[in-house]
Amino acid sequence: MTSQDGDARRNLPPLALHVPEPKFRPGDAVDFADFEMPVAGAVDRPPTDSASRDMAGHVYAMVRVLDDEGRAIGPWNPGLDPDRLRRMLREMLTVRAFDERLHRAQRQGKTSFYVSSTGEEATAIGAAHALDPDDMCFPSYRQQGLLIARGWPLADMMCQVFSNSGDRMKGRQMPVMYSARAASFFTISGNLATQYPQAVGWAMASAIRGDTRIAAAWCGEGSTAEGDFHSALIFASVYRVPVVLTITNNQWAISSFSGFAGGESTTFAARALGYGIAGLRVDGNDILAVYAATAWASERARAGHGPTLIEQFTYRAEGHSTSDDPSRYRPSEERNLWPLGDPIKRLAQHLTTLGEWDDERHAALEAEVVAEVREAAREAEAQGVLGDGFRHHPMETMFEDVFEEMPKHLQEQRDQMLAEYKASGL
Amino acid sequence: MIQAINSALDVMLGRDPMVVVMGEDVGYFGGVFRATQGLQAKHGRTRVFDTPINECGIVGVAVGMGAYGLRPVPEIQFADYIYPALDQIVSEAVRIRYRSAGEYWIPITIRSPLGGGIFGGQTHSQSPEGVFTHVTGLKTVIPSNPYDAKGLLIAAIEDNDPVLFFEPKRIYNGPFDGHYDRPVTPWSAHPAGEVPDDYYRIPLGKAAVAREGNAFTILAYGTMVHVAIAFCEENGVDAEVIDLRTLVPLDVDTITASVEKTGRCMIVHEATRTGGFGAELSATVQERCFYALEAPIERVTGWDTPYPHGLEWGYFPGPIRLREAAKRLMEA
Repeated sequence: MTSQDGDARRNLPPLALHVPEPKFRPGDAVDFADFEMPVAGAVDRPPTDSASRDMAGHVYAMVRVLDDEGRAIGPWNPGLDPDRLRRMLREMLTVRAFDERLHRAQRQGKTSFYVSSTGEEATAIGAAHALDPDDMCFPSYRQQGLLIARGWPLADMMCQVFSNSGDRMKGRQMPVMYSARAASFFTISGNLATQYPQAVGWAMASAIRGDTRIAAAWCGEGSTAEGDFHSALIFASVYRVPVVLTITNNQWAISSFSGFAGGESTTFAARALGYGIAGLRVDGNDILAVYAATAWASERARAGHGPTLIEQFTYRAEGHSTSDDPSRYRPSEERNLWPLGDPIKRLAQHLTTLGEWDDERHAALEAEVVAEVREAAREAEAQGVLGDGFRHHPMETMFEDVFEEMPKHLQEQRDQMLAEYKASGL
Repeated sequence: MIQAINSALDVMLGRDPMVVVMGEDVGYFGGVFRATQGLQAKHGRTRVFDTPINECGIVGVAVGMGAYGLRPVPEIQFADYIYPALDQIVSEAVRIRYRSAGEYWIPITIRSPLGGGIFGGQTHSQSPEGVFTHVTGLKTVIPSNPYDAKGLLIAAIEDNDPVLFFEPKRIYNGPFDGHYDRPVTPWSAHPAGEVPDDYYRIPLGKAAVAREGNAFTILAYGTMVHVAIAFCEENGVDAEVIDLRTLVPLDVDTITASVEKTGRCMIVHEATRTGGFGAELSATVQERCFYALEAPIERVTGWDTPYPHGLEWGYFPGPIRLREAAKRLMEA
């Protein structure tokens, strides 16, 4: 006799499974009225050698530097000079123009796929400014801003997206899976959070060798559910690894809202607590907060006080990729009503408040970066686009770099491929 | 063989400051099989250290260390425990050179004991090499004796590509003739038990003719090399035993030369049969030696079951199974 019919326990209330559901679906009126806006300047800035348990509150609060009037206030204000702020603004505008251009190129059939970072530009640009140029970055696929902030040529990135003859990855990687060793930028994987333990390992190696460089990694809030994320955190904690681990919480993992990564019950920064890692939660659309948190974490890592987990609270304004249509699962107006605004507008407002910026200069800068992106696109497209077919890289190059030296079985397969193509008249 | 592996690690830690050894219990304690005994005391805690029980992390951080420029030698305590690290091996370590077009490469050697015959049950006996030989960009090495183990391990550590180095745990302390009811013979009585203290390499991708013969060819690796040789000696069978040593890259020339000579081929491995490495060997021999074959290829493998604890000698492809397969091969 089994108890599977429930008879024996009939007097107990039935169990019910909770399946998370986002607040708004297509057709719903979007209303963020009950979003508790964290107060800019209100969170204290602990010493960078603080024990993680002494700053537990920081994983639930939110560091914000820019207030609604565009003033930079509070202990996290990094006090950056206007030239630096303008550079950050220029880079964010470049990322946006770059994304718009390549999104359109995909729609025109010039490539297979593209991933925009619209609305999240501050998360990469702010972090890049707070790291040293030779600190090693292990990005996910939405941190194109890191390369742009490090001055990497736009045309080179576009060649990768087009898999053309100028693509240093030789047409092997999907668009946006950049690799740039000279910019201390690791080759991007399409598998999620795998870069997290790798960043920890790189930083462990740096510490083993007595180097001074630290590592930094990024993943999305959805990817924090992966085992690799937790593997990374336990190693980072155990060896007090000089690494800055960032979660870009853009609220959406393709169509799954952050509740499916555990966001209904706690914050993502709070994942740090159980590991004894310092955790910070910041307004990801406030580039000064992003900069300040990354600078804090980087100072902590460099001084030997170990890792920091930073949650950047932001919003993915576009679809997950060109293969995604977000209007199928969330209201289209959500992006416009996002309570933390747009990172570019907020920095421009701040510069204006300082008397260091105005609408005319902004329009001129926008035109300048759009022209720069257009020029880079012209240069890249002159080297071909994916839509042209297979002609950009000799077919046999697909057998190279599988191993350092090509073993016999791959040589044989290469020769067979060439012979078969030749026999069929190609 | 444990001492040979220990010596290879010791030699490489001494020669190359970029070599680090890590894994569960490998530090102060020296590993559950003692392969890293004394290495932490000699080379220091940042060169030889314990890790959390987290195989994904062990391999994942080793990948990052490899990208930095170290030559990490992570240990997975039993091959049965390697699966949490699968994504870091299959999707990451082995593809990074390719996907970055040579900007980054991952010179790691993952050591792990495999195989049964020690009453390890389902979770301490598996031979998962076939899972990994299917993965391109990865080299898979399985030594069969102490001399080879040291030379191959040094070559693996110096290799600039990821290498999976599986150590057959049944032969850690001596060659195994396949008779579970006989006393263990130590390596000291075996010619390949003699291991020089110094540095030497055995190139990856080169098989060895472990026993010359003419009746048929036996393709084997690891523990099964000794089971096959003992079978030949005990039954007066004039078979040629090829010790593959490296499964990927495979030494096809040595295999085909032997099968062309004998005209018959038996493939022996402890791993389960379906989709096992024997299937690849069988297809290779058929493709290249079809007109020399005088009989269907025989595969003697573990059965397609989990490794059963109390029944392990029914699972293990021992002398009885080799004898029956040899009969079929010679009668055909």
